[in-house]
Amino acid sequence: MRSILAALLIAGPVSADEIWVTNEKDDTISVIDIETLEVTRTIDTGERPRGITFSQDHSVVYICASDSDAVQVMDPETGEILHDLPSGEDPEQFVLHPDDRRLYIANEDDAITTVVDTETRRVIAQIDVGIEPEGMAVSPDGAIAITTSETTNMAHWIDTETEELFANTLVDTRPRHAEFTKEGRELWVSSEIGGTITVFDVATQAETAKISFEVQGIHPDRVQPVGFEFTQEEDIAFVALGPSNHIAVVNAETYEVEDYILVGRRVWHMAFNEDKSLLFTTNGVSGDVTVINVPNREAIKSIKVGRFPWGAAFRPTD
Amino acid sequence: MPAGGQRGQAGGCRGAKGDTQAHAAAMIASLLAIIAREALRFIHQRERFLAALVRPLVWLLVFAAGFRAALGLSIIPPYQTYITYETYIVPGLCGMILLFNGMQSSLSLVYDREMGSMRLLLTSPQPRWWLLFSKLIGSTTISILQVYAFLAIAALFGIDMPAWGYVTVLPALLVAGLMLGALGLLLSSFIKQLENFAGVMNFVIFPMFFLSSALYPLWKMAESSELLHDICAANPFTHAVELIRFALYTELNLPALGWTLLATAIFTAAALWGYDPARGAMRRKT
Repeated sequence: MRSILAALLIAGPVSADEIWVTNEKDDTISVIDIETLEVTRTIDTGERPRGITFSQDHSVVYICASDSDAVQVMDPETGEILHDLPSGEDPEQFVLHPDDRRLYIANEDDAITTVVDTETRRVIAQIDVGIEPEGMAVSPDGAIAITTSETTNMAHWIDTETEELFANTLVDTRPRHAEFTKEGRELWVSSEIGGTITVFDVATQAETAKISFEVQGIHPDRVQPVGFEFTQEEDIAFVALGPSNHIAVVNAETYEVEDYILVGRRVWHMAFNEDKSLLFTTNGVSGDVTVINVPNREAIKSIKVGRFPWGAAFRPTD
Repeated sequence: MPAGGQRGQAGGCRGAKGDTQAHAAAMIASLLAIIAREALRFIHQRERFLAALVRPLVWLLVFAAGFRAALGLSIIPPYQTYITYETYIVPGLCGMILLFNGMQSSLSLVYDREMGSMRLLLTSPQPRWWLLFSKLIGSTTISILQVYAFLAIAALFGIDMPAWGYVTVLPALLVAGLMLGALGLLLSSFIKQLENFAGVMNFVIFPMFFLSSALYPLWKMAESSELLHDICAANPFTHAVELIRFALYTELNLPALGWTLLATAIFTAAALWGYDPARGAMRRKT
């Protein structure tokens, strides 16, 4: 017992894994300790931080500083900005290619997708897409990248070999987010104003299903799907429903909505912890992050962060 | 009603001890008899049980559903995250059951007095305070059973609490039930006739219930009127509801407990005074 105590004293406090949340209006990142469910650090960023993602080894974090027209590269240990990447104008969302090198960035104001090499810090390609591109996804094998354009209402399919479009598919109004699932065989695209998620067969780019939402007591206009994530087995999707202040729990096999979970106001994006037992949702208007117990499908706590939290990303610390 | 304990004939220590034991046994017997009578009365009045359940359920499933989106969102202790309005009003409705039952008990005392069974009760050899306390315990026990029935139905409709909350709420229900039962006793010592009970509804139950945190949080009340907020904050029913609310989430709200106990002590003392044949209101009635 004494030796265990001594070992603990020598080791000092064990740092827990973290969730990093960008605060759009505060130009900061709030770092949430997953053990204590409290904000432990607030880090300054460029103007209007939105999309956030870590490199595969979590040694650097990429932040879309939209109004600074830059993707910032930060050392997560120190919170120091290491350098900026040439992102094009108004970067809103991005996705890191499985090669851990190419960053696909949606430039909202320029109607282009910029591909940046994070090592050489050079723009590899700029691909014309629809108006107001936002949602970004890349297939698990890295062969296909997706950009969704909010005003053109399309999912644009990019061949990552040639960095050229090879297909465009219509979705419902204002697509905001895209994710591949089932080992890259399916693509899901959420439409904020349309209030749906469109499911595509990746091989044929054909629409295979449409998921609708209906929250009791909430006007349909306020049910606006934006961000979503899949559980470990990819059998369940959690979908943020914007100003309806709910997260929908969708069966990814039957495409049926099984449950709705009350969270904070205007929920847009989310991130899981490592084993995907906890889900952290960013609630923009209420300025907090709601923690959901995934197996129980139950909101357990809401944590105050900065003003208008937007994106979220998981960072292991061991 | 069982008779009082036999007076000890033999002197000395053993006799005194035997006397005390017999006296205690008689007191317990009278407590159990009064509780049994309350239980019997409750069992025979199934409509009363249904009414006691229907009232809060209508509030929960109809009123709360209508106001689901109207309350606005804010996280207040003991809640850790956002809750629906249905979840918010559950503790208030538990308090409502205790409040109505406390008043119902008061009504039954007035009825007992009119029917003459009160005189029979009060002429028992047991101390009057003990008889009134037994009456209080009896009616509170019945109230608590009704609260648990209500919580079970609410859980069936998906409005559930943390599992341990159903255990930790028991002492809170007991304290709140005793406080409201004591208030009922106090009122019964002042109400002369059964017909006057309507006044209790208008002047006690409704103001106590609506001017409390049962239906809306106090911060919401403060937004519309500071005066109303202050009245709500002084209302002992608010503290009883908050005690139940925290206990349902396995937390102790010490200030709420303190205020509820204080109110219980004041109401009980006033009720005993009211039932004292030499001084209180009973002097005029019995």
